[in-house]
Amino acid sequence: MRRTGFGVRSVVLLIAMAWATVASADVADLIRTIRTVGPEGQGNVAAAKAWKELAVAKPVALPAILAGLDDANPLAANYLRSAVETIAARELATGGKLPAEELEKFVLDIKHDPRARRLAFDLLTRVDKSAPDRLIPGMLSDPSVELRRDAVERLIAQGNAQFDSEKKAEAKTTFEQALVGARDDDQVQSIKKRLEELGEKVDLPKHFGFLLSWRLVTPFDNTGNKGFNVVYAPEKKLDFNAEYEGKDRLKIRWTEHATDNEYGIVDLSKALTPFKGAVSYATTEFVSDNEQPVDLRLGTPNSWKVWLNGELLFAREEYHRGMTLDQYKMRGTLKSGKNVILVKVCQNEQTEEWAQRWQFQLRVCDATGTAVLSSDRRTAQAAASTASESN
Amino acid sequence: MRHLSVPLACLFAVVGLAGADWPQFRGADTTGVAPDQNVPVEIAGSIAWTAELSGRGLSGPIVVGNRVILSASSGYAQDRLHVMCFDANSGAPLWERQFWATGRTLCHPKMCNATPTPASDGSRIFALYSSNDLICLDLDGNLQWFRGLTHDYRNASNSLGMSSSPVVIGDTVIVQVENDSESLALGIDAATGENRWKHERPVLSNWTSPLVLRGTSREDDLAILQSGNGLTALRPYTGVEVWSFDEPCSTIPSTAVADGVLYVPSKGLTALKPGADGAAPKVVWQSNKLAPITPSPLIYEGRAYTIGGGGVLSCAELATGTPAWQMRLQVTDGEKTSQGMFSATPIAAGGHVYFVNEDGLVMVVKAGGEKGEIVAHYDFGETILGTPAIANGGLYLRSDKHLWKVAKK
Repeated sequence: MRRTGFGVRSVVLLIAMAWATVASADVADLIRTIRTVGPEGQGNVAAAKAWKELAVAKPVALPAILAGLDDANPLAANYLRSAVETIAARELATGGKLPAEELEKFVLDIKHDPRARRLAFDLLTRVDKSAPDRLIPGMLSDPSVELRRDAVERLIAQGNAQFDSEKKAEAKTTFEQALVGARDDDQVQSIKKRLEELGEKVDLPKHFGFLLSWRLVTPFDNTGNKGFNVVYAPEKKLDFNAEYEGKDRLKIRWTEHATDNEYGIVDLSKALTPFKGAVSYATTEFVSDNEQPVDLRLGTPNSWKVWLNGELLFAREEYHRGMTLDQYKMRGTLKSGKNVILVKVCQNEQTEEWAQRWQFQLRVCDATGTAVLSSDRRTAQAAASTASESN
Repeated sequence: MRHLSVPLACLFAVVGLAGADWPQFRGADTTGVAPDQNVPVEIAGSIAWTAELSGRGLSGPIVVGNRVILSASSGYAQDRLHVMCFDANSGAPLWERQFWATGRTLCHPKMCNATPTPASDGSRIFALYSSNDLICLDLDGNLQWFRGLTHDYRNASNSLGMSSSPVVIGDTVIVQVENDSESLALGIDAATGENRWKHERPVLSNWTSPLVLRGTSREDDLAILQSGNGLTALRPYTGVEVWSFDEPCSTIPSTAVADGVLYVPSKGLTALKPGADGAAPKVVWQSNKLAPITPSPLIYEGRAYTIGGGGVLSCAELATGTPAWQMRLQVTDGEKTSQGMFSATPIAAGGHVYFVNEDGLVMVVKAGGEKGEIVAHYDFGETILGTPAIANGGLYLRSDKHLWKVAKK
């Protein structure tokens, strides 16, 4: 699914085609210079100079510049994107043409950067109005979330038309296809609604890859929000038989919990006690068949830290600024076999009604949002049943 | 002005009549006041053109010469960043560029990624987004540099969205990125995008925008940064602190300025006179009856205007803070009475103050006087949250879908 490295020979071939105002060797050099741009404005001056030269290239250079986006850092990607747009806009404004055939090849080559492919698609559709109808239906599982979204949107429209004309069996098939491609919550919701009207059940936790079964322990002290930076025992070692001295000298132990919320929300106030000024820890195991890069995507209105196999992925101290799906995206690497995920969720002492939420949701997926499931994943019901027996 | 020759004074008078650019949030001097005398009061029949927009935005338009520049965002994740440029005379689109957000795009549903208003130094555009991406283009849409401030400072974000607009002072772009987790202010070289200075700021959510306190010469201009903890005055080029005002301030409406006095959303509204040569500022007056809720205060022709809860407009004498009058900003048309939610900051020109509520209803109030009076109104019928602009005789407003120019025909 990830770009596996656009071959050097392909880059050279594309650059070789980019003869024009800017010589092909220059195009490669200019792209290379732009790709070195870094944080805090590092390389900006050189990148700006290179951009100015690159932006006067002829449209034949577009595929090479688009290919330069492969594995570019997000800052460099924007420089290159803007060069592509500037070249294309100038050409179209002066009645010129874009290399439609080359752009289409680029769009269809999923080894390229997904966003570069979407950019190429947008350019292509400006010179070839038939491109969306020709290409989008085949992009239901595309690595580009935007191309995939367009494909799903078409299926939803088709399914709704079938539904409205009482072609229920066809509608069901169409919506099932759409669900396979859908990653954005609004589309998943509209598909789910229709499928349920057609008598089908949608397993949302499985579709999104929410983690449902957790071990929890609370409350550690977070009076004055000071617990966020305190390294409590679970951060040092996970011992599920241990008894800890928690906030106000409470003796606390790990408990099992499984959420049956369809968005995988673990409501700590209900699962435990609605403590204020408290830290809770949640941990779970994830079995992967192989080593693989994944996204861990968290939603919480509370301050938090997340570790994968003991490595701190990210930490953020912010209370009650809302909670949404995929609020925070972290990149990590699952090892083959058992992986341990640890989440620290801190509640502050605000007394307002809107500041009482103490909860989180976590899912594991790939870069497109496609669920990555633990090999030993249980259904929500089975997990809840097990948790109940354990408690 | 008293030293100007008569011909030069006449020239300035003509320029004032014709108007001036509006290069950033609340205009060139961040006052919200335009020198134009020719802006229509009656909007009906004065809509010069309407342009379609390709994305959402709460940012206001800016005007540089014959160009109207606007930011927007689009996409399911609001991660497409747009900068658009229109011909001020015709409304024709001149160019549009898109970028990809590198920071977090999450916002309160009422907001969107394109919430901060862009700024310009007259030759470059600086477009900032809630994702803390800062894009510099020339006036023809050519990229000059790109910064991803959340890419650089990974916890600088707010799950409800960011709204602080940048300000350009001399050749430094001042940006405030303040939130509950990692807060900072930056002075960025307008030419290169490199940091001139970076300051840690109070770790508190803050949606206010920096402003310019003009000095006796351009070299003496100060950048004023507001936060929940107070105000800080900085030399824009070096970031050196000149003075501070350490009283709690609002974190939504921004301080207003007029004739060297700051009008700070603190304890209602506080008039603050900075001392000479960096001396600590002194409080001139405070009024808890003038607390602005969301829109920033406006100072115009000897009066202070603030919008409080329920769309109640308060007008006060500038010298003393004494309330002059109050009125509810609403219009009844037949059986329908407009509601009183406001996000856009009022702006003024030609003896009138222009208010626009969130439903897109513009209300024009005669400045000053013994009581408030809405002398004209016009319903654009679309949600408007961005602060309008006044430049060169035109009033510019934007919704999520349209950009309008209002001008005398």
